[in-house]
Amino acid sequence: MVMLATLFALGEQTGHEVAQLSDGGVLAQWAWLIPVVPLVLMFAIVFFGKRLPMKGWELAEGAMLFVAVYGVALFAMNANEGINYEGSIEIARIGSFTLEWGWVVDGLSIMMYAVVGVVGLAVFTYAKGYMKGDIRYTWFFAAFTMFAGAMLVLVSAPNLIQLIVGWELVGLASYLLIGHYWEDHANNAAATKAFLVNKIADVGLFVGVIIIGVTVGSFRFTDILNAVADGDSALAQVAFWGGLALFIGAMGKSAQFPFHVWLPDAMAGPTPVSSLMHAATMVTAGVYLVGRMFPLYQTDGFAIDVKAIMIVVGALTLFLTGLIALVQDDIKKVLAYSTLSQLGYMTVAMGAGAYTAGLFHLFTHAFFKGLLFLAAGSVIHAVHSNNMSDMGGLRKFMPWTYRTFLIGSLALAGIFPLAGFWSKDEILASLSFDSSHDGGTLAMVVLVVAIAGAFITAFYMARAVYLTFFGEYKGHGHPHESPRVMTYPLIGLGVLSIVAGFANIPGVFTGFTQWLAARPQVMGDHHAEAINFALAGIGLAVALLGIAAGTRLWKRDAATQQARDTFRIPVLYPVLANKYYIDDLYMKGVVGPIKGPIARFTNWTNTYVIDSVVNAFGAVSVFLSRIVYQGMDQRGIDLAINAVGSATGEAGDALRYTTSGKIQEYAAALFAGAVLLVVGFLILT
Amino acid sequence: MIVNQFLVLAALLFSIGIYGVLVRRNAVLVLLSIELMLTGVNINLVAFGQYIQDAFLAGQVFALFVITVAAAEVGIGLAIVVLIFRNRASANVDELDLLKW
Repeated sequence: MVMLATLFALGEQTGHEVAQLSDGGVLAQWAWLIPVVPLVLMFAIVFFGKRLPMKGWELAEGAMLFVAVYGVALFAMNANEGINYEGSIEIARIGSFTLEWGWVVDGLSIMMYAVVGVVGLAVFTYAKGYMKGDIRYTWFFAAFTMFAGAMLVLVSAPNLIQLIVGWELVGLASYLLIGHYWEDHANNAAATKAFLVNKIADVGLFVGVIIIGVTVGSFRFTDILNAVADGDSALAQVAFWGGLALFIGAMGKSAQFPFHVWLPDAMAGPTPVSSLMHAATMVTAGVYLVGRMFPLYQTDGFAIDVKAIMIVVGALTLFLTGLIALVQDDIKKVLAYSTLSQLGYMTVAMGAGAYTAGLFHLFTHAFFKGLLFLAAGSVIHAVHSNNMSDMGGLRKFMPWTYRTFLIGSLALAGIFPLAGFWSKDEILASLSFDSSHDGGTLAMVVLVVAIAGAFITAFYMARAVYLTFFGEYKGHGHPHESPRVMTYPLIGLGVLSIVAGFANIPGVFTGFTQWLAARPQVMGDHHAEAINFALAGIGLAVALLGIAAGTRLWKRDAATQQARDTFRIPVLYPVLANKYYIDDLYMKGVVGPIKGPIARFTNWTNTYVIDSVVNAFGAVSVFLSRIVYQGMDQRGIDLAINAVGSATGEAGDALRYTTSGKIQEYAAALFAGAVLLVVGFLILT
Repeated sequence: MIVNQFLVLAALLFSIGIYGVLVRRNAVLVLLSIELMLTGVNINLVAFGQYIQDAFLAGQVFALFVITVAAAEVGIGLAIVVLIFRNRASANVDELDLLKW
């Protein structure tokens, strides 16, 4: 309790207010509990989980309930008055550099707290039903709690160092969770792949952090963004490379092309993991980082050129991965590729300078993508297969799963008035705005790509819905609706997927824009002042067109079902089914050489170069020790010791004859001694 | 008071005792000779005690202690001799060279 009070007091000292924004009061000062509670409970689950009546689930659920309640409370408070608070405690001091643990409570982080808490609560509740009977049930919830806790560490970070800590913890937790079913080697490979691809991109993050941190002389976001606001010329010189390196890190976590390859493989984990990973934690981290550093990218003279790279990467991701989703049979992979596509939208929005639009899409996407994954998990739970070719006709067996999946799909496709419509429209509007400002032709092209992406989104979601829920059931056994512990979270997220979009309706209710703007720096955000009816109409029309096309192609009826399922477009299909051969390229171009020639060369170097150096040292040591042994030890030291020994021995030999064993001789010697003493005494006195 | 005659007597007894201890071969006689030496010492103690007119009679008391200890010593000594005699059928000290190296 004393420690808590100390933390509290320190937070109070170092926190600072910003004009016009509230400091959040006690609620913000105690917000450090948000990341700490899940992490502490994680350890509690590890150590005591198995002894608890619900095997540790209750602790995990408690952690998420806490975060959800706290996050929503902060969210409501932020909506009311706008909070900006930053507390920190010093952990270590190295020279002039102080290492701090802190917690940021501002519009952006509050939004993330609420999303992680609410989606996490739904997913954790659901996971109780989904993971029932799993042999590593307790361990799963420990790692899962750590996953959420790590994301909260990342989100609450007031400096880049703590962000890296959270960033890497998220990576670690994702590794553990993707490889949860490690008995199957493929799952291990997927976990390793996710970890390594993220690690490669993390090099970019580290380089960016070092460039920016060293130039500014501080790792704190506030200091860096203030330097941007002040037009720091040293930072301006390196801003492009620093910003680009940070964005490469973000590309890894947010799975942007060409780092997207880990995300579909991450489907090897349990479905709740996929759900949380794709909705609230992990993949949103990259977008969050760009959002956190937004003024760096948006201010003239700084990393503004990175935006062009961002928008291109985002457009490539959203379009290419959307197409792959069309040919996947695994329902989770369809959703995974759709996540990639939606992350592409967020990146595009960031690249178009639309801070609010990108994060608003993150916000709404978290709900409907979390929902879609949970519903897909519910289906998988019932059918015992991931493949849509084993499903079909589940509408009748699983009414609630069907309804919620349909809501999620419509929201994702961007159908009015569900959540996805508003956020996607916001992105299209910001692209249109950008094309008439600094984005130019590029933004115009990307706008077209984004509209095409909207068509593809609607198309593959229609496919997923029809293949899963319509037609005839083609699997084995009798599927049945999931237990209530699984359907209630679906319904909850379904409601949120419907209403979340109303948080930001340009010109009518701009709450979300203001909530996110609760930060000390000016974002320079491009956001629409009113609904662009033309674009919204185009977006909606394209989505409806996609659904219509999907319906035409995949609405199964008994006669044509078989023929349509086996139909393949000649050239396009193999390319898409092989994911543009990117995995093969990585395998042959990167992994192959490393495992082949480079590994052999390293092995050769190790055996012949390093080992020979080590052996030479060893030989020299042996030679030297032989000299020491034979010269000094044997001849010098031993000689002296032997001399002492033999002298003692010979003296003993000579003296042993005096011990005759005859008592009277001893007595005579005794008396002689006594007489000698007396005589000596007399002479001396 | 003259103590010379007592001292001469004590010296004679002590010397005879030493002679007996060193020369006699029979262990019983060696023990007897030790008693003679102790007697000489006791005479010295009593004589000097009387000579210096000690109020606490320390010399006389000390002689009594010596007699007591001597009695105990002879008791143990004779017991050892008896045991050795039983084992070896002899009490000749020349044969008792067990302490030899």
